[in-house]
Amino acid sequence: MVSQIRLRSSLLMAPALAWLTALMVVPCALVLALAFFRRGIYGGIEYTFTLENFGLVFDPLYAGIFLNSARIAGTATLIAVVIGYAAAYAIAAAPRRLQPVFLFFAVLPFWSNYLIRTYAWIVLLNREGLITQLLRWFGYTGEPPSMLYTEGAVIAGLVYNYLPFVILACYAPLSRLNPELAEASRDLGASAMTTFRRVILPLTVPGIAAGAVFVFVLSIGNFVTPALLGGGRFQMIGNLVYDQFLTANDWPFGAALAMALIAIMLLVLTAQALAADRAAGRAAEAKGGADG
Amino acid sequence: MSEPRTLLAIDKVSKNFGRVTAVDRISLEIRENEFFALLGPSGCGKTTLLRMLAGFETPNHGRILLDGHDIARTPPNKRPVNLMFQSYALFPHMSVRANVSYGLEMERLPAKEIRSRVDAILATTELIPFADRKPEQLSGGQKQRVALARALVKRPRLLLLDEPLGALDRKLRGAMQLELKRLQHEVGITFVIVTHDQEESLVMADRMAVLRDGKLLQCDTPHAVYEHPADRFVADFIGVMNFVPGKATADGVKAADGTRIVGTVPSPLASGAAAVASVRPERIRLFPSPETANRIAGTVEALAYHGLDLQLHVRTALSPKPFLVRVTADAADRRPVSSGDAVELGWDAADVRIFAD
Repeated sequence: MVSQIRLRSSLLMAPALAWLTALMVVPCALVLALAFFRRGIYGGIEYTFTLENFGLVFDPLYAGIFLNSARIAGTATLIAVVIGYAAAYAIAAAPRRLQPVFLFFAVLPFWSNYLIRTYAWIVLLNREGLITQLLRWFGYTGEPPSMLYTEGAVIAGLVYNYLPFVILACYAPLSRLNPELAEASRDLGASAMTTFRRVILPLTVPGIAAGAVFVFVLSIGNFVTPALLGGGRFQMIGNLVYDQFLTANDWPFGAALAMALIAIMLLVLTAQALAADRAAGRAAEAKGGADG
Repeated sequence: MSEPRTLLAIDKVSKNFGRVTAVDRISLEIRENEFFALLGPSGCGKTTLLRMLAGFETPNHGRILLDGHDIARTPPNKRPVNLMFQSYALFPHMSVRANVSYGLEMERLPAKEIRSRVDAILATTELIPFADRKPEQLSGGQKQRVALARALVKRPRLLLLDEPLGALDRKLRGAMQLELKRLQHEVGITFVIVTHDQEESLVMADRMAVLRDGKLLQCDTPHAVYEHPADRFVADFIGVMNFVPGKATADGVKAADGTRIVGTVPSPLASGAAAVASVRPERIRLFPSPETANRIAGTVEALAYHGLDLQLHVRTALSPKPFLVRVTADAADRRPVSSGDAVELGWDAADVRIFAD
């Protein structure tokens, strides 16, 4: 009986495992292997073992790009969390039957292509774009503001693209929150602000953390948004990797950079998983205590 | 003894939600140190009234005077009133001690005073061993005591309790009813409890208000409400009542089959008007003496043994429903009856209540 269940579950798992192995594990292993070889003189690969590529990752020039990427991704995460949490809060406070409608509109941009959405921002931020025209319409006559190809444009693009993740992640705990908890806090003498800080926020932190990790991990490795909205002037790791593979033709160094990026992402995801696990463990321990 | 002081005066308070009138021109006075119950079926407006006292709803009309000041528009965090929620609403991320301290921290009291007051209330509610536990590690009864401690530690002028015993099982509920009454006595705070359980309000309340469809039907002591219900609804809602429908006469009610039930007819009821005579099961005697004012023959249909007493269903010609009669275990032992027996029921004219039907 047990072995039958096991057999059935392994059969059900098989396609997914095959998919992951063929398209995730094998390519990653290949890229990892690539990172230990030397670049050939004419851009090919020379199959001699070296650690040089990883040494180069820590070169101040490239380490600086890593730090810059982390800063941009961090800023985008912070802004997305503030805007997304506020939106999720408003949706959770709306009448029950309207909430699915608002959530639908929040994730609607996801239904269109990422590139098209990013191009739309070019139309907006362009020197003669929508915003400039709007300013003119209000009587502005000065120089058109330069908004496109700035770090701000990159951050705006990242925030815009990943905001729905934050809204969905924060909506879940907010909509489950017993409204009587906030009332109890008010009843005990707390202002609305104190109630938010001491009751609502601590109880919805897991949602914020999940949304923030999503935005950060997706942002730090992004190369489309910095390429299109940053105009190549604000290089992030993703662009650097792209350049090594397709422009500089230095595949081994590109592979080493990609591995470093994966390592950072794994670090962030592991930290979040551990924190979530600890919280779940505390809850389980608490439950066990009540039974005993 | 001097007349007890009025603490809270609810003055012609109304509340509508859209076109629904939840509370309709209710006026009530609640006295200092009283245990007051708001009783009624679900949807009668009792919870809305309670939420207006707590500050979570604002009345459309009327005033709520606490110590003579109108607090109808004061926000909940600015009134000396605390509410114990039906769901208890304990903060799940805080320990028992942190939950209880929260309200005092909001008053910005010195840490030392907070600690001593919290210790004192935890001792009163027998929660000291659980002070460091989280709410999810507590049983239902313990959670209820934390919710009570958290509200009481603020020393409110008025403590509101929304169905405080609703989540507890029957046996624990009985114990907590007496426990709540003891605590109320001990802390000397006015309690207003909302309940749909008529037995609960009879046991606990000094005075009670019966509500229906947003209107106040009766406000009096449990004894007065039970013995002298204001109308047929109250008579039916509180305790168990036998009803005999008929027409009002000068000295009672004439049932459909011609039997006359003797009792005092209330003055607004004209002779010949549709009326209902009623009598409590415990006021009916089996095999009454010949001089008993009301006597009627019947047949025992069913018996239910309750330990303390025996409850009989007796079929009579007076009403379509069988009469419910409660006989003490003692009386049942002296003269046993069984299903199918012909019996005679009797009750005094003074035990009959007559209402418009």
